[in-house]
Amino acid sequence: MDFKEIAKKIRIDIIKSVHAAGSGHPGGSLSVADIVTALYFKEMNIDPENPKMEDRDKLVFSKGHAAPAQYAALAERGYFPVEELMTLRKLGSHLQGHPNRDKVPGIEMSTGSLGQGFGVSVGMALANKMDGKKGRVYTVLGDGELQEGLIWEAAMSAGHYHLSNLCVIVDWNGLQIDGKNDDVMTVKPIDEKFKAFGFNVVMIDGHNFDEIFAAFDNARACTDKPTCIIAKTHKGKGVSFMEDNAGWHGKAPNDEEMKQAILEIGGEQ
Amino acid sequence: MADVKKIATRQSYGEVLVELSEKYPNLVVMDADLSGSTQTNKFAKVHPERFFDMGIAEQNLYAAATGLALSGKVVCASTFAMFASGRAYEIIRNSIGYTHANVKICATHAGITVGEDGASHQTFEDLALMREIPGMVVLNPSDDVSCKALLRQAIAYDGPCYVRLGRAAVPVTYTEPCNVEIGKANTLKEGKDITLIATGIMVADALAAAEELENEGVSVRVIDMHTIKPFDTEAVIKAAKETGKIVTCEEHSIIGGLGSAVCETVSENCPVPVKRVGQMDTFGESGKPDELKKKYGMTKEDIVKAAKALL
Repeated sequence: MDFKEIAKKIRIDIIKSVHAAGSGHPGGSLSVADIVTALYFKEMNIDPENPKMEDRDKLVFSKGHAAPAQYAALAERGYFPVEELMTLRKLGSHLQGHPNRDKVPGIEMSTGSLGQGFGVSVGMALANKMDGKKGRVYTVLGDGELQEGLIWEAAMSAGHYHLSNLCVIVDWNGLQIDGKNDDVMTVKPIDEKFKAFGFNVVMIDGHNFDEIFAAFDNARACTDKPTCIIAKTHKGKGVSFMEDNAGWHGKAPNDEEMKQAILEIGGEQ
Repeated sequence: MADVKKIATRQSYGEVLVELSEKYPNLVVMDADLSGSTQTNKFAKVHPERFFDMGIAEQNLYAAATGLALSGKVVCASTFAMFASGRAYEIIRNSIGYTHANVKICATHAGITVGEDGASHQTFEDLALMREIPGMVVLNPSDDVSCKALLRQAIAYDGPCYVRLGRAAVPVTYTEPCNVEIGKANTLKEGKDITLIATGIMVADALAAAEELENEGVSVRVIDMHTIKPFDTEAVIKAAKETGKIVTCEEHSIIGGLGSAVCETVSENCPVPVKRVGQMDTFGESGKPDELKKKYGMTKEDIVKAAKALL
């Protein structure tokens, strides 16, 4: 499977849907696009025909503002028609500004308020352990999100209960709404923090599929600890004028910008 | 009522968890380092494999409870009412409420009768905060017998539920078999001159106040409003129409709780004078529960006084 090609489609979907919505979060959606591609198209045991499949793997998208990336991946994976992406954020649409589990098949948790998805995924992983289910739980966190106190409550409990069926991925793009993490509120060192909380920690390039898949293999091989994959990414990845630019955290491209973005990602106009 | 048996509703809760532990193999109990106080330790002793102490981390307590509930568990997650409704409010709103997760927020040590711990631990805001959340069932049982009956129904119900429980032993006023029903106000005593609508541990005070008023020739209706949401507006409108005056009695702020719910209902449907007995807009302090109830105006005497002001 050509994961780069799928990620390209997902990036174009993100640009088009956020453009159609007139608002949304392209920066953090583009940074996490390769990670969601890897999760939905290879790593996770899921079935778009049977979204509630017993023993399935679950993804809790704790950085819910990057919903356009999750929606695009679900649509491209066959959970719902790709055309529906153009209804993003519109009245009556299933595709709410932040994910709602009641409205979209494949969405395991309604997120948006940062930090909560991680705590919820701890509960899901506990339940799977109790029931002897094989399903694994994946949680995607933003790096700015690590500033939430609940993140560290959840991390402490995941370590305490040795939730080896839980894999957290930090989309470390280094930026948040007000600017650089380092200027707003330092979150470094992320790896040492998670290690201290009892995690198996892996650092990767979040845009390199070989490294992403190797990290997932590493996580599955770890049987006594939860894993935290710290994925170094670029906000706005794939679009030159959005890359590493905090200004594109929560802004929709205009017509010209959309054309330029799609061209740069490598799609047809 | 010196000879009346007294039991704290948190104790009733601990006993119900054990009672239902076999009937509900998917019942999971969680706590935040207060299992001795909340009485969840009773369940933990019997089913340690279904008990999770999340440590002093109330936000994660309710977030993780959501994850377990969305995985098919019935979750009773406990801490003090102050920290459940206050500290974890937004998690309860966005994770539990928004997903209709099957979590029972069984919050103990509510109100002024926490006593000696003082203002930091005495919450008067929880009913107001919880009844604002769409779809949240809000229960405030008054005694051991009705508390157990309501908890059994709450655990059988598939959806989020806030149950307000107390620290102090309170008189047992109900007898078995107890026919209380979630969402249905229970008229404990008929009357035609005035209605006392009480909730939680103030029901016993309302009954005592009614007795005193009856001795003075006043016909008093007493309603146990054990369910704050869904609110039994019908019973309130009926009381307004038939008795013309209402006193609300709660161990909670007069802002946002039972008193407010009753005022909202009568003002929209059948305006009648209402007096609210409860915590005025102020913080509490340390003291014995009975001393505090007296100082902050939540006793039988305060109810009688409010009633007389309307009569």
